[in-house]
Amino acid sequence: MNVRGTKLSHDEFMNQVLSVDHYPEIKYAWATGIAISKFLEGLKEGKIYGVKCDDCNRVVCPPRMFCEECFSPMVEYVELPDTGTVNTFSLAYIRTDASRRKDPEIPAVIDIDGTTISPSGFLHLLDESIPHDQIKVGMKVKAVWKPPEERKGDITDIMYFTKMEEEA
Amino acid sequence: MEKVAIIGVGIEGFRPAIRELSYKEMVYKAAVKAYTDAKVNPREEVDTFISCEEDFSMGISIADEYAPDQLGAAQRTVHTITGDGIQGMAAAYMQIATGMFDIAVVESQSRVSDMLTPNQIQHFALDPIYARQFDATHHSIAGLEKRIYQSTYNIEEEAFAEVAVKNYNNAILNPYAAYGMKATRSDVLETDMVASPLREGEIAEHADGAVIVVMASEKVVKEKDVDPVWIKGISYATNSPNLETREWKTAKYAKLCANKAYKMAGITDPAGQIDFFEIDDTYAYKELQHLEGLGIFKEGEAAKALMNGQLARNGDTPVNVSGGVMGMGNAHDANGLQRIVEVVEQLRGIAGRRQLNDVKTGLAFSWRGVPTTAGALAILSKE
Repeated sequence: MNVRGTKLSHDEFMNQVLSVDHYPEIKYAWATGIAISKFLEGLKEGKIYGVKCDDCNRVVCPPRMFCEECFSPMVEYVELPDTGTVNTFSLAYIRTDASRRKDPEIPAVIDIDGTTISPSGFLHLLDESIPHDQIKVGMKVKAVWKPPEERKGDITDIMYFTKMEEEA
Repeated sequence: MEKVAIIGVGIEGFRPAIRELSYKEMVYKAAVKAYTDAKVNPREEVDTFISCEEDFSMGISIADEYAPDQLGAAQRTVHTITGDGIQGMAAAYMQIATGMFDIAVVESQSRVSDMLTPNQIQHFALDPIYARQFDATHHSIAGLEKRIYQSTYNIEEEAFAEVAVKNYNNAILNPYAAYGMKATRSDVLETDMVASPLREGEIAEHADGAVIVVMASEKVVKEKDVDPVWIKGISYATNSPNLETREWKTAKYAKLCANKAYKMAGITDPAGQIDFFEIDDTYAYKELQHLEGLGIFKEGEAAKALMNGQLARNGDTPVNVSGGVMGMGNAHDANGLQRIVEVVEQLRGIAGRRQLNDVKTGLAFSWRGVPTTAGALAILSKE
């Protein structure tokens, strides 16, 4: 596409015009707090936790300490199944370093079963072995977990979600 | 023009680190307190929410996208100011003054404990082309400034140590303060040199915490059974951001802020008309330099007043009864609202053992820290 203009080489960009480089060392360690810690500790045990609002009765996932709808505190944690529905998905061909993948990663928003609103779940990945033409919005999926000894209380304790077999 | 009042404040912290709560949970706890104080339901009554935070402080690009939920502001009118909380209050003031908004909420927070490299993040504020190449920390900017201030007015080291001593000791009586302590001048003078002539004991330590301020029009104040504190004047100003073109000796930004806010509040004799002061003291010398910039003392003379006991809790011009930034902890963009909470509690007469007698008007002044020359000022009154 010529409309994108003329590409500059790395040498042209970095060396032929005077510039000043700086590569900062900027690092963070965010405290996960009460609600998300409960969620992450659950993942380590192979469980998905949500939380129920006593005022508006919504069950949401991931849990939070307060209901963003009615501003009440939320303290009633509930264990949810590790199954859900694909809310939306994409086939992602470009990595964060701008390099191209041959086989795409498949980010998807999974609505976890047992929550009372949609969307209520989280961003995760779909099984890359599912034939692309079979991936659909509304597809039923199930978590595929890392072995217990490899889990560390992180969203990646679930490796990905895979397609559930249709019930006969 | 509409009169504007503070009708509620809520504070969580300040502590050296709040690790048991996420930043959202910390803000939620402060917000619940503020809304209870103001008798306001955020989901129905608040017209505009303003969060004051920096992406680099939060560690999230476009951090403001994550500000609403914990304020009760989901799917409501929210905007973020990348500045001090008093700048956010100025924006809230203007919105209410238009007559289009009746209740505004201003939030600011500090989560320095979430940063593994806070010095690097602050260093990142220097000009990238010609000021960031040297390895001296950002505190060296304050060292440069303290030296010219000290040598121009011939101020003894003891005076700077005394600012720290006064504020660390004042903080002992403040339950919101992270660093209340029985310190002496020799304790401060014996600390290590960080960027000569600046010592470690003259530099405020970081703290985590959140402050929420609820502001309202006079109409709301009349309808609700609340304890209002009126905003008589509010302003913000910046001197030069460049190290080579700024005014170093004096806090010119404080003077610029004061000129505007005093005019707005009808103040012609600040030392006589204002009963007490909450003034940025991120570095000990800054309290003195800021008092002079605000016209409370002539240039170079604040140190004498301090050494005579005039700035003490029982002096004629109490400064930082809260403990200031040194005593409460450096909360960066929340430092201004930290000052505001103390002025509000003093004017309402609920400051406990810190309570000053017969105070009707107080001044809060914040500075955004090195390398900035940005200040924000609010004058509050019960009348």
